[in-house]
Amino acid sequence: METLIWNLFDVLLLTALLALGWSALSTSNLRKGIALFIAFGLVLSLIWARLKAPDIALAEAAIGTGLTGALLLAALRDEESAPAETSVQEPGNRFYAYLLMLVTIILTLILGWGLIDALMNRQHPGLAYDVFAQLDQSGVSNPVTAVLLNFRAYDTFLELAVLLAAVLGIRSLNITRQPYLKAGPVLSGLTVWLVPVLILMSAYLLWVGAHAPGGAFQAGAVLAAAGVLLRLSGYPAAGLPARLLIRRAFMIIGVLVFAMIGLGLMVLGRGFLDYPVAWSGSLILLIETAATLSIATILIMAFLAGESGEPEHQEKPSC
Amino acid sequence: MLSVPLIYGLAGILLFTFALRVALSRVAFLRRVLAINVAGAGIFLVFIATAYKGAEQAADPVPHALVLTGIVVAFSATALAIALARRLNRSADND
Repeated sequence: METLIWNLFDVLLLTALLALGWSALSTSNLRKGIALFIAFGLVLSLIWARLKAPDIALAEAAIGTGLTGALLLAALRDEESAPAETSVQEPGNRFYAYLLMLVTIILTLILGWGLIDALMNRQHPGLAYDVFAQLDQSGVSNPVTAVLLNFRAYDTFLELAVLLAAVLGIRSLNITRQPYLKAGPVLSGLTVWLVPVLILMSAYLLWVGAHAPGGAFQAGAVLAAAGVLLRLSGYPAAGLPARLLIRRAFMIIGVLVFAMIGLGLMVLGRGFLDYPVAWSGSLILLIETAATLSIATILIMAFLAGESGEPEHQEKPSC
Repeated sequence: MLSVPLIYGLAGILLFTFALRVALSRVAFLRRVLAINVAGAGIFLVFIATAYKGAEQAADPVPHALVLTGIVVAFSATALAIALARRLNRSADND
């Protein structure tokens, strides 16, 4: 009976997900499509929670849905204000459309067969056993944080470098954007209440990540959400420090602290990012704190994308 | 009774291939970005579905860490793509 209820729940979630995904991409109205995409992301968060991935559920709700949604809506606004590019014709080549459809169906069948074969005949235990066997040595008790900042810390280090590279790429494009409309009194009033709560929630997620779902990515995303909210309610700096030097320091501090700790451990005769067991908890917290600041700054700057974020442009009418 | 990794994994594959088709067949830039984001969600779903080991056991945390990283990278790639498109639009206006 219990399995039946779970199965009903699964079918309901998946039907909602596929229907939302399909309609987000099929509707002719792009604004509606983005709104459906945000709803799609929320259903996806529920699915992550259902599949025992609460860390991803938090990240999906904050980044995959919240920040990406805000980014896409802002991009749509910019595109609508540039009328030259709005009347793009879809290609009318039917042969191409049929060929693409055929290739898609074949690809779906191959992938589906591969998945069924892997699940039925090649069941592999994965790395879960190894992670849980070594968890005591990692300095944290949340297995996902242990993988991200201890067992595979090298990957996370490089990921912060990728984030930095992306935001440097955006800044080097030197884009100019339209100012936002002035925020209404309800949004401004709500922001005053929400931003302190978001900062507190971010600090909580950072701290709790050691032993429960949370961590630097979720904390950074929630902090970035506070910045985006500030930007949309008429603060051009979006909560970032006014001095460019400090802002740049925030951008690189995550990569910097990560690299310094890794290199420092090499000087002490250990491997790169091979923490001593006694220090690993504190080192992970130090890296995560720096990473949270960097991730939040980078995500906010990616959202601003050259638009009035610079303090020297503040004299322009920007709200 | 349904196998949880199987149905969620198949749904992920369906999302991926459908969104890939939309991304390849449309011209409007933002719709392509939207489609690539949906395709990415499909791939994440396959990962997490195969990491699920049943109601009693804990799930495999390694794919979870990969997907967490993937979500953040997907956001920064989306932001970079939109910035590049804005720059292209501006270049086209100046011609």
